[in-house]
Amino acid sequence: MLKGQAFKFGDNISTDHIIPGRYAYLRSNLPELARHVMEDADPDFAAKVNKGDFIVGGANFGLGSSREHAPLVIKMAGVSAILAKSVARIFFRNAINLGLPVLICDTDGIDDGDKLEVDLAKGTVYDKTKGEKLTFSKLPKVMLDILSRGGLVPYIQKYGDFRL
Amino acid sequence: MGKTLAEKILSLKSGGDARAGDIVIARVDLAFAQDTTGPLTIRQFQAGKFERLANPLKTALFFDHAAPSPNRELANDHQFMRRFAKETGCMISDVGGGVCHQLVAESLAKPGDVIVGADSHTVTAGALGAFATGMGSSDVAVVFALGKTWFRVPESLKISVSGELGRGVMAKDLVLQLIGTIGADGATYKVLEFGGEGLRNLKLSDRLTIANMAVEAGAKAGLFPADRVTREYLNHQKRGEDYQPLAADSDAVYESRININLTALEPTVARPHQVANIALARELKGTKIDQVFIGTCTNGRLEDIATAAKIMKGRKRHPPTRFIIAPASPQVLLDAISAGYIRTLVEAGAVIMPPGCAACLGLHQGVLANGESCLSTANRNFKGRMGSPEAFIYLGSPATAAATAITGEITDPREVM
Repeated sequence: MLKGQAFKFGDNISTDHIIPGRYAYLRSNLPELARHVMEDADPDFAAKVNKGDFIVGGANFGLGSSREHAPLVIKMAGVSAILAKSVARIFFRNAINLGLPVLICDTDGIDDGDKLEVDLAKGTVYDKTKGEKLTFSKLPKVMLDILSRGGLVPYIQKYGDFRL
Repeated sequence: MGKTLAEKILSLKSGGDARAGDIVIARVDLAFAQDTTGPLTIRQFQAGKFERLANPLKTALFFDHAAPSPNRELANDHQFMRRFAKETGCMISDVGGGVCHQLVAESLAKPGDVIVGADSHTVTAGALGAFATGMGSSDVAVVFALGKTWFRVPESLKISVSGELGRGVMAKDLVLQLIGTIGADGATYKVLEFGGEGLRNLKLSDRLTIANMAVEAGAKAGLFPADRVTREYLNHQKRGEDYQPLAADSDAVYESRININLTALEPTVARPHQVANIALARELKGTKIDQVFIGTCTNGRLEDIATAAKIMKGRKRHPPTRFIIAPASPQVLLDAISAGYIRTLVEAGAVIMPPGCAACLGLHQGVLANGESCLSTANRNFKGRMGSPEAFIYLGSPATAAATAITGEITDPREVM
């Protein structure tokens, strides 16, 4: 069970909001890079977020660049999962490849600051603040397997190949 | 039941009958990374303890996003990538070599290929009939090691094109209108497959611009059939042997169909801070612009520079408006020099950058100040993209960019042609 607080963002949060291209010079210095997580969407996010918290987006979360640094700095900030109405495909795959769960569900009813509990196995999100329960779409098996190994590289190390 | 282009290519490369919704493992013909995604790709490759590349000659590293290096940190990243290339024997395109997607189009992509790149605009090679898509560093690192990857076979939207582009109207206007119509997530997880009798009027450079921006509608790929235009381009690139015809089946199944009449299009601009936020250039008359930028994997080709040069011939840029041009490859630069375009543009007050991504992503060669506005021929106008989160980016065609450089405000190119 994942427990934490919701940080709510709107639609179309791009990889430039999450980690702007101007910080590309920090990509080989991840602790420094991670200080700028979500900076162009909420400059105070890095200071406010606590381990276990959730990023809650609207539609088309993570559109834009293929930079895997975007889900990487979100994971480094301690975020336990991303919830969104829809997610851009490269970002989606990158997050799973790093072992960061991405849950597709109707996030309209979740507000900034709500206390959430996520049960990955059951596929449910409980908004404790609102007393409401949501379900999220199941991932394809290959993605569930990658997620359960903690990411793509450990998955390939374990199995030596893709397993469909 | 017939197959879409995506289903045909993924069937061939997975050795099965790939249909939309299936999950397949496909052989990859080319895998690459660039200088801002390459270091993490290499680190993931090393973390996986993969000892060698599956195919060194199908693996490439390109230096384009920050080349020549603007600071010590990125210089160190370049050094790290050069070392990896030396150790593994992969292809490398170093400083000044040009934009990865342009080089893939000029020299590497073939109809029917599967291409993955650690860069979202890898979709550009769909113009040549290659199933080309962007992925992150972990995925590309695994392709480097195994020479294959998994795909969910995407559904396709059929975009049927008719007519021909009018004076002052370019492929960029078509793709901006398309994204404005279907939205920034209008094709998420899907393929935009282009067809129709109007395709014969779209040059390969036009197709590259269109395929390049497929990802701005969320698409996994933007695919064109391989036809006479493709064959002529490959012949021109002295790669005639790489041509094979490729077309979707007439009874292929599409999720939806959209018709575009090229003749009806007008010069179009995407307003800050979303690509789908479009308006006609003439509706934005009076919008002051501090910097005009022509270049990138979207519009840094010879035809783009030629269009700008023809508009600028004998004219000067509006004095306070900076005018930056970055040819997408050395071939583009040399051809533009031979044709006299570079002289014309420099005489008009332009500054020429080395082949590469230049100002596109806010790292160097034209970073915007707070409150400034730029008219760019690139593919993204997200907040913060060109350096300052307090700057404003408008996207348009090279013709609109040149017209805007003359007046210092967003201008419909037909007004100055």
